Amino acid sequence: MRTPMRRVRGLGAAHSGTRDFWHQRVTSVAGIPLTIALVVIVIALLGRSHAAVVQILGSPIVAIIMLLFIINMAYHMWIGMQEIIVDYVHEDKLKLASLMANTFFVIAVVFASVFAILKISFGV
Amino acid sequence: MAELEAGTTTGPRRARPLSPHLQVYKMMLTFVMSGFHRISGFVLYFGVVLLAWWLIAAAAGPNAYANVEWFMGSWIGRLVLLGYTWALLHHMLGGIRHLIWDTIHGFEPAEREMLALATLVGSISLTVVVWVVGYLAMGGPR
Repeated sequence: MRTPMRRVRGLGAAHSGTRDFWHQRVTSVAGIPLTIALVVIVIALLGRSHAAVVQILGSPIVAIIMLLFIINMAYHMWIGMQEIIVDYVHEDKLKLASLMANTFFVIAVVFASVFAILKISFGV
Repeated sequence: MAELEAGTTTGPRRARPLSPHLQVYKMMLTFVMSGFHRISGFVLYFGVVLLAWWLIAAAAGPNAYANVEWFMGSWIGRLVLLGYTWALLHHMLGGIRHLIWDTIHGFEPAEREMLALATLVGSISLTVVVWVVGYLAMGGPR
């Protein structure tokens, strides 16, 4: 079997080769320790007062772990939802609109969460 | 956009052969777990709004945070959180299964079944463990 060279040079239908596939693997590996850390942090914060929650969430180590979790997860879920959309949405306009909505949603969620953590950390 | 429309909606389109979909396959655990992985990922995508809400409320102040606590403490909030925990842990274990497959291991029939079962049993067990630890950390159910 011969590899269709023109496709390889053009990196396939998406023009990005296996980039999404690979980045989904990288973010999934990073996601394992980060998810475990998130679960531990949430359990540690259960039932605590607002002041205590803010103090713990704002401490550098916890804040950095939360930021890493959110940014890593945001990229992972952006690729994942894109994959679901191209699998099931075949009508072109609806597909483009869905892909755009995916990007908007992920960016909005990630910026809101990151802003919240930074605000808690810097205490302003 | 004009090019896109000309190429796809107004141009002649031949019916292309489609690969068989869900309905033609026998229900098997591996197949169900594959579906669970996608569905749990889909659910987590929207569930992340809860995480964002919690963080924004914590940043906004005690009153906003009290609202989140009230919702999370209600029976429907607890149910949503339980589902979120299970989806998160199931997606994590399902992801580990995929990472094992990426190394070209675990494809034998018995191994596939074992991995699928381990994902399900593991995610349910881990969810129970997390919730028991969570309640213990809070000093009992309330």
